[in-house]
Amino acid sequence: MDLQHLLFIAIFALSTASFVYSCQQRLGLLGIGAREDRFDRPGARLAAAMSYAFGQKRVLARPYGVNHFLLFWAFLFLLLANGEFLVEGLVSGASLARLLPAAPYRLLTALFDLVSLVALVSVLVAAARRLFFPPSYLGNDYTSAASGEAILILAMIATLMAAFFLMNAAHIALGTGDAWRPVSAALAAGLSRISPHALQMVAQAAWWVHALVLLAFMNLLPRSKHMHILTAIPNCYFQSLEKPNTLPREDFASGARYGVQEVGQYSWKDLLDSLSCTECGRCQDLCPAHQTGKPLNPRRVVHDIKVNLLENGPHLKHGGTGGVPLVGQAKQGTISEEAIWSCTTCGACTSVCPVLIEQMPKIVKLRRHLVQEQASFPEELLNLFENMEQRSNPWGMPPADRPKWSAPLGDRTYRPGATEYLFFAGCAGAFDNRNKQVTVALANVLDRAGVSWGILGKDEPCCGESLRRLGNEYVFDRMARQNVELFKERQVKKIVTQCPHCFSALKNDYRQFGLEVEVIHHSQLIAALVREGRLSFSRQPELGKVAFHDSCYLGRHNDIYLEPRAVLEAATGAVPAEMPRHRENAFCCGAGGGRMWLEEQSGSRINLARLNEAVKQQPDTLCVSCPYCMTMMEDGLKDLGLDRVAVKDIAEVAADALRTKP
Amino acid sequence: MLVISCIKQVPDTTQVKIDPVTNTLIRDGIPFIINPYDAHALEEGLRLKDRYGMRSVALSMGPPNTVATLRKAYALGVDEAILLSDRRFGGADTLATSKVLSAAIARLAQEEEVAVVLCGKQTIDGDTAQVGPGIASRLGYSQLTLVDRIEWVDPLKKRIRVRRKLEGRHEIVEAPLPVLITVVRELNRPRYPVVAKRLEAEDREVALWDNAVLKLEEESVGLKGSPTWVSKIFSPEREQGEIIGNGMADPHGAALLLLDKLAEKDILAL
Repeated sequence: MDLQHLLFIAIFALSTASFVYSCQQRLGLLGIGAREDRFDRPGARLAAAMSYAFGQKRVLARPYGVNHFLLFWAFLFLLLANGEFLVEGLVSGASLARLLPAAPYRLLTALFDLVSLVALVSVLVAAARRLFFPPSYLGNDYTSAASGEAILILAMIATLMAAFFLMNAAHIALGTGDAWRPVSAALAAGLSRISPHALQMVAQAAWWVHALVLLAFMNLLPRSKHMHILTAIPNCYFQSLEKPNTLPREDFASGARYGVQEVGQYSWKDLLDSLSCTECGRCQDLCPAHQTGKPLNPRRVVHDIKVNLLENGPHLKHGGTGGVPLVGQAKQGTISEEAIWSCTTCGACTSVCPVLIEQMPKIVKLRRHLVQEQASFPEELLNLFENMEQRSNPWGMPPADRPKWSAPLGDRTYRPGATEYLFFAGCAGAFDNRNKQVTVALANVLDRAGVSWGILGKDEPCCGESLRRLGNEYVFDRMARQNVELFKERQVKKIVTQCPHCFSALKNDYRQFGLEVEVIHHSQLIAALVREGRLSFSRQPELGKVAFHDSCYLGRHNDIYLEPRAVLEAATGAVPAEMPRHRENAFCCGAGGGRMWLEEQSGSRINLARLNEAVKQQPDTLCVSCPYCMTMMEDGLKDLGLDRVAVKDIAEVAADALRTKP
Repeated sequence: MLVISCIKQVPDTTQVKIDPVTNTLIRDGIPFIINPYDAHALEEGLRLKDRYGMRSVALSMGPPNTVATLRKAYALGVDEAILLSDRRFGGADTLATSKVLSAAIARLAQEEEVAVVLCGKQTIDGDTAQVGPGIASRLGYSQLTLVDRIEWVDPLKKRIRVRRKLEGRHEIVEAPLPVLITVVRELNRPRYPVVAKRLEAEDREVALWDNAVLKLEEESVGLKGSPTWVSKIFSPEREQGEIIGNGMADPHGAALLLLDKLAEKDILAL
């Protein structure tokens, strides 16, 4: 055993110990997180991990993702080459050649060479992109600081590949190497004039460079954003199999804590999320709050949770308290209240994250704490909370006025056993003058198709959706329990809503409260009626060019994209125009997450940002499928002075197309 | 040292209808709320508790179901909630009501010094604004109505300085303690109860004081002690108004005409 060999064994042992120690330091912090069961349904989890982690589904959604895909698979494949390299370094003469027959071995090592070339090119492309044509979302305050780290990692990988080639090339030139390695062999041709002694030196130096950089790289991983190389795959496996914004219920008991005030109250999966963030910027790129200059950046939220965890975690782990507040004046590791209240819960961040981080629920958990333990929230919400509790609607309207919209249609009370659908008009559909027109239009459509429907009249409650998104879980919980009782008492089997927020609450959130009925949105029902031939549109409404705006709670949160478009196509005879950001990438109107009831205090207005995108399609009519979107789009058009563009709900378009010619 | 907030449970007036036959409120199924002005009196009591360490008490005269409203006071953080309830107190006008409340305050004052009594400036069901001043007169307390700011309380010198909100002006007033204050809504923004306090309030006991405790003469309380009563409630007929100009076609012109009209009637303070 020579000195070099011993030296390598010592360095390897030290760096492996250091790697294991820092991994254990970081991953050990997950233990301070709250319990959450993410171990159920292993089949579904494995499938998700295959598609999102190994298939890189969301990475590939953007063209540049191909580069990461190549790098990822090259990395996985080269783990084998590097494994062999390290073992050979530890045990002289150990080689895959001993395990494999000659032909497969030659093929494998030739592939190592080719894949290394792919990795080298990918790394150079990545570095060039970061240095010379970075996308806007990489130029953020804290990511520019992290850019140095990214360049260092890229340089290390490039060095690894270069050293690997050089080492093999030198051996080939000496006649002791694997001449079938194509890249190395080509390189060896260029080394032919060098003396054997010098080649020996080159081979040895390249080996050491490769060995040291490899071990340094391994040690940098857990200490940098490249931790995602270790955590991304498990993070995908442990993804939420629920709708991400259907947060777990809270237990209301004396002495209980609500929401998250300090980092240890997040679940272990929330903490794993924070360690898995690659800082790619996709979430901030789609975030309506961030894009309109609000102090919220979902990437920053996840980053601050990580900083807070690393800072406070070791103290919390030993029963102490952390010195960095999680909520307060914005700084590294601290999230501001204004940021927390800026979220529209549109779900763009969660739907675009390549490693399935759940950003938005983390914000709602902070709201739960602020509302329920501190009673700290924007002033406007006090009225909302009291109106909801007192009169079961956001405006504090008299409940007796709820069924007024139905008066011209006669008594349409839901009769247990006799009526098929409970028509849940919702607060906006029952009280807001503009949206009442949508309610009536939908009622007319259902009547024309001969659908049996009925209402709960003044007994119809608010679903409480805004309360849940705003973190007022206590009042939401009570309303949901009462409402589920009411639905059961009236023997409700099917519910149709015109509001995606009611829809999502009754369909997803109420399941946690034992509501097991069929809940559908009017776009689904109308589309089905058209499909079944129960509605025949007699004329084409004069709507001019129609553009469609996706509702976040219908689209992203419930994957309903086709039905509203199908209704519009059937009723108007034309495919509606799409905005650049549509379907999964649609941009929020600004009213979700309880933002409907809050003023926009900073930045520009979200609805105007969306409308500026919409008017580029030069539509005469902008179609929506949500009462909040209706209000936001109409208000925005007034602000822009664009009276010529009409806003219509798809139910109104359908009702219009059913009308017989005057 | 006590700060006492007097609160009344009132029907949610947005949901109230008047029975045209009996001229009384139809209360069936109508939810009750804390009188909105009293919510500010309650909040100020809690702020004085926070500022000066006073013990805060919520006091209410009403039927037994008023317990629900007093529990909300517990959820907000009062130290003690007392319900003054007795069949004999029923049907009381403002005079009889102020007698019962005064008796209860006097009883509390026997145990602990009373510094401040807070009432809403009026209730949204009766709208008389008489009960607060009635208590002050009966107990001989300083009387400060329509207060929109409490500048300070000096527990040693036993003085208070407040700001009163009057029409077109404010008035800064100092008075000796004990004092009765009626409050306007600008005084503060009521807090929202935290969940822990709400849960705690569910188990807190609301003290019940009936006439066996207060020992008032039966003739002086309730319907018997009330020299006023409601004989009829009705919405006044509204005279046909006048349509000025054409607001749809010329909103600017219509607004100018309206301004002229208001100036002519000397309604605008120009």
